[in-house]
Amino acid sequence: MKEETVIKVEGLTKVFGDFTAVNKISFHVRKGEIFGFLGANGAGKTTAMKMLIGISAPSSGSANVAGFDVYTQTEDIKKSIGYMSQKFALYDDLTVKENIRFFGGIYGLSKNRISQKSNLLIEELGLEKVAHSLVGSLPLGWKQKIAFSVSLLHDPKIVFLDEPTGGVDPITRRQFWEMIYKAANNGTTIFVTTHYMDEAEYCDRVSIMVDGNIEALDTPKNLKTHFGSDSMNDVFLKLARS
Amino acid sequence: MKRFIGFVQKEFYHIFRDRRSLFILFGMPVAQIMLFGFAITNEINNVDIAILDRSQDASTKEIISKISSSEYFSILQHIKEEAEIEEVFKKGKVKAVLYFEKEFSKKLIKQHTAKVQIVTDATDPNVANTISNYINSILSNYQEEQNRAITLDYQIVPQSRMVFNAELKSVYMFVPGVMTVILMLVSAMMTSISITREKELGTMEILLVSPLNPFQVIIGKVFPYIFLSIINAAAIVILSIFVFHVPVNGSLFLLGLESVLFIVTSLALGILISTISATQQTAMMISLMGLMLPVILLSGFIFPISSMPVPLQVISNIVPAKWFIIIVKGIMLKGVGISIVWKETLVLLGMTLLFIGLSVRKYKIRLE
Repeated sequence: MKEETVIKVEGLTKVFGDFTAVNKISFHVRKGEIFGFLGANGAGKTTAMKMLIGISAPSSGSANVAGFDVYTQTEDIKKSIGYMSQKFALYDDLTVKENIRFFGGIYGLSKNRISQKSNLLIEELGLEKVAHSLVGSLPLGWKQKIAFSVSLLHDPKIVFLDEPTGGVDPITRRQFWEMIYKAANNGTTIFVTTHYMDEAEYCDRVSIMVDGNIEALDTPKNLKTHFGSDSMNDVFLKLARS
Repeated sequence: MKRFIGFVQKEFYHIFRDRRSLFILFGMPVAQIMLFGFAITNEINNVDIAILDRSQDASTKEIISKISSSEYFSILQHIKEEAEIEEVFKKGKVKAVLYFEKEFSKKLIKQHTAKVQIVTDATDPNVANTISNYINSILSNYQEEQNRAITLDYQIVPQSRMVFNAELKSVYMFVPGVMTVILMLVSAMMTSISITREKELGTMEILLVSPLNPFQVIIGKVFPYIFLSIINAAAIVILSIFVFHVPVNGSLFLLGLESVLFIVTSLALGILISTISATQQTAMMISLMGLMLPVILLSGFIFPISSMPVPLQVISNIVPAKWFIIIVKGIMLKGVGISIVWKETLVLLGMTLLFIGLSVRKYKIRLE
């Protein structure tokens, strides 16, 4: 059975004045895959991702996300994806339930669906005691787990995670990745950027961006063999220095 | 539509859970109107004065009793010597001394002229001036009464009548101004802060990635403030009518419509500010320095525009508040209708469209 491709990118480019932030990148992402999008700060990851989620228009090239074109069908793209940014993305002055209700609402979920989903989510994360507490009073790790669950509320085909685990402790990161696996097993495609090279090892495939170009794209195992390294960290350093 | 309602509900949670916002929204308007209405006033009331009466005759007694029976003055003490004048001023309570020369009555009758000196404490020039004017008018009033029997061949009798605010109450002048300041503050500052807050927290990004389109986001954010500003405007009008007895001579409906227009102008300004500032603090500074100061200083709220230097008079034209104050004064005090204030209304409308146009452009550029 041929695997379904959910993100198709061909020669995607973004130019700001004289500066080429993203230079003709091409890649495909399969359904249910955990795709790691790596790169140093300023390598163009965020710019590339912004084009894919429909908030920044590409300068040239083509991209198709969840079956929709990034030039003409951004509204459809937005409905089919989930997004969680590196900055924490829930409202601190709303309770857990209110956050869920709000985000469910802006994605157009019905009232019943929202309450059903929010009960499920609260139960899964063991949040019964804090469901009516303000999000601001919760520890960062919890907030990030909730934010991830909230980005999955409307059952998106693809979830874009922009450095989701910044600033959380290793145990929470581990738990967070378990959630990611679970979502991927349910058929959700995960597109994740990260700084943590150990996290790159958890991905099915990773791409490494350097100065606007994709310098490498393969499974972590193949990359390590190819570069003769024993860790992704080493692979990354070799690429970044070359 | 359902999405929009959910969005607005969320905005209200933000507002009602933030003590600072609540205070600015509901504490400030009441505090300001009370302050300007009661405490800050150009009128004089029960000013303490002293009398130095060298004559102590019928005329001076009559004048003194006229003065003390007015609500403006109360006679604190009688002094005997000229040297005491400075002394009583230094003590600070007495703001004016009335000094009648010797044989006041006699001179008045025989020489047809008698002198009374009004000495005022001019450490506060405005008050000194007002006191002097009030005493003068009481004196000329007395003189008129005395002269009633006599007819002169030629006589100019000035009859001044203060229309629209016969009692010269300063609260009449402050209400339109305070209303303007508050609407500006609530609409422009609060919206610019609340939009930049989303930017700062990173939630704006999430909203832009959601199926809501950017304009729905902005409208959802400003909508609660339109609603709250209208409540505020209504509260100010009600307070001024029932507490300060300021009349609304014109149409309340027109006043309401004009207020909504000004609220939209301010909101548009607030959105514009939010597109050029990255943080809440910047937004707050720009709103305070760039909006509040011109509103207070250049709008004619406190300082009359006609007595400003010409360059400032020109600049005052670009302050939206100036036009709104003219409209509000016209409707409330003069009772005029749209046939008179249509020009000011058009100016406000034009400014609003300009601000909206500019912010839409800025906003689009930012999205690119």
